[in-house]
Parts: sequence; C-alpha cells; structure tokens
Amino acid sequence: MLAVIIPCYNEQYNVGRVLDELTLLNSDTILVVVNDASTDLTSQKAKETNKAFVIDLPINLGVGGAVQTGILKALRLNATQAVKFDGDCQHSSEYIKDLLKPILQNEADIVIGSRFLSEEPDGFKSSFFRKIGIKLLQVFTKILTGKVITDPTSGFRAYGSKAMNFMAVNYPNFDYPEPEEVVLAIKNDLKVLEVPVKMRERFAGKSSISALGSVYYMIKVMLAMFFIALRKHKKMD
Amino acid sequence: MEKIQIISIIGSVLFLFFIVELIKRCLIKEAYSILWLFFGGLFLFISLWKDGVDWFAKIVGIYYPPAMLLLFLIIAVIFVLIQFSVVVSKQSDQIRKLAQEVALLKSQQTKENDH
Repeated sequence: MLAVIIPCYNEQYNVGRVLDELTLLNSDTILVVVNDASTDLTSQKAKETNKAFVIDLPINLGVGGAVQTGILKALRLNATQAVKFDGDCQHSSEYIKDLLKPILQNEADIVIGSRFLSEEPDGFKSSFFRKIGIKLLQVFTKILTGKVITDPTSGFRAYGSKAMNFMAVNYPNFDYPEPEEVVLAIKNDLKVLEVPVKMRERFAGKSSISALGSVYYMIKVMLAMFFIALRKHKKMD
Repeated sequence: MEKIQIISIIGSVLFLFFIVELIKRCLIKEAYSILWLFFGGLFLFISLWKDGVDWFAKIVGIYYPPAMLLLFLIIAVIFVLIQFSVVVSKQSDQIRKLAQEVALLKSQQTKENDH
C-alpha cells in the first residue's frame, strides 16, 4: 500500500487542489497531510475534503519533523511505500508511478524526482542564484558520496519500506532536509536513484526560502551534509 | 615562533577538534554549531597570523594589542549566550504548547471514557 505524505505549512489555497489531484490516483493509496502548525486554515481546508488523514502538529517542527511524522503515520497504517509530495502544487501526481517503479522492482530504496534529467527543456523557472546554489549542492554531494545526484534539493521523492523504517528514526531534523537526506541515505547504503520529472510554479503563497536567508541556508545545509558524511553508519531499527 | 603562539595554535586546534567531535556524536546540532566553529576558526586564524592582531588593534585604536583578543573572546561568548537565550525562549514556548496539547487530549479522552 502506498502512502502519500503531504507536509504543509500555510497552504490553505493549495492543499485542497493538491488533495483533489492526488485522489485521481487509483486504488490502494492513503493520503497523509501533516499540518506543521500552520497559522492559516490549512488544517480545516484539508479536513473538509475528507480525502486524507490530517495530522496537526501542535508546534512547528520544520519540513524535516513534519515529513518524519508522516512517515511514522504511514508505517502505523502499514504502508509499504511512501511518496513525499509538497503541499504547494509544485509536484504533479502523474509522475508518482515513475517514482514508484524502481522501488516496486527492488532497484532502489529512495527515488528522487529530478528536474534536471528530462531531455526537453522544462518550464521550471529558476533564478540565477538558485541555479548556483543547486549546482553547488550537486558538486558537494558528489564530493561527499561519490555519486551524482542532479537534483539534491528536490522534495519529490519515493521511499521503499527499508528507507521508511530508516527515516522514521534518522530523518534529518532540519528546516530544509532534502540535500542532507541524500547524503544520509547513500552513506547508510540505501540505494538512491533519480528519475526525470517536471515541476510547476507555485500557484499561491511564497516559497519558503527568502533571498536573504539563502546564504545562511547554504552554510547550514553544507555543514550538516559534511557532518553526516563524517558520521559512522546509523543502526537500523 | 613564540611560546604563546604555539600554545594558542594548539589550544584553537583542540577546541575545534572538540566541537567537531561533539557534532559527530550528535551532541550538538549542526545549526547550533555554526557560531562555535566560526569563533574557533577565528581564534585559530588569529593565532596563526600574530601580526594581524597588532595591525588590527592599531586600526581600531587599541593601545594594548592583547586586549583585542579579550575583546574577541567576550564578543564570541556574548553571541553564543544570545543564541542560547533565543533557543531557550523558543523551547519554553514550544514546551508550553505541547503541555497544553497533552492536557487537552487527556481531558478529551477521560470525557470519552466516561460516556
């Protein structure tokens, strides 16, 4: 069974649309919305749809803590695969089957939807500085793990049950955990694979990383990646 | 190289090594280690570039250059303490919210059991 985990922070205008899109998926799928202590009507809007389990975190934990909560819920519901799907409409549900394919065929534990693998130019507009930031994280990931991950900041990911159990205990406890998660997974012998996806621009709301905060973000995330790479293997529970 | 310079280089390196070891063992979170690493690096830099201290003291107008080291040290300590205050304040707020949530859940549960 598949669980789609949708971490949300102040996404009252998007969450309904995201859930509508996801319910078009066939059959055996449960939707888990993790509302990370939003200050708007995200929780109500999600509950009104009656399509998802809505978990309201009493305090803001950041993306890392929210996603981990979703994974814990998915495991309790006996899900065997999970997909992380952003609550801001950037991801398209049509790619979920592509993300899951390598997991169902036992070729990967974590599959990342990459914006930079597709051959045709995509519509995803990215600022100059964001491109530099992503390039820098790509190179840094290569140095630390020896593997090329073209889109280490992509939040569109699928997890097999081994990865779910691992991340339920060890998920990076950080606001923007995606690049850390890549290093953590590879260093702990989880198989990480990328498949091409296209992402959309956000419909409503602002992106969570401001221009000013991004330098601090880069320092923090690279430091965290570095120390994750230094650490010994985590024990698998 | 003077004796004091060698001692301060060794001291700075040991300090950085200690911080790195604490982060590796997950006893300090990366986000809270940035200040420590920054000031550790700064002290190592100052110990390696001794003339820099004199040079910088002259620019700022400090007559006794070693006093500048003490100034750096105090600034470092104040910054870290402010960071701690911010973190502690945030955490006490979060703990209050969690306690309230647990209490509300408990009262809801006993009510459901009564019915």
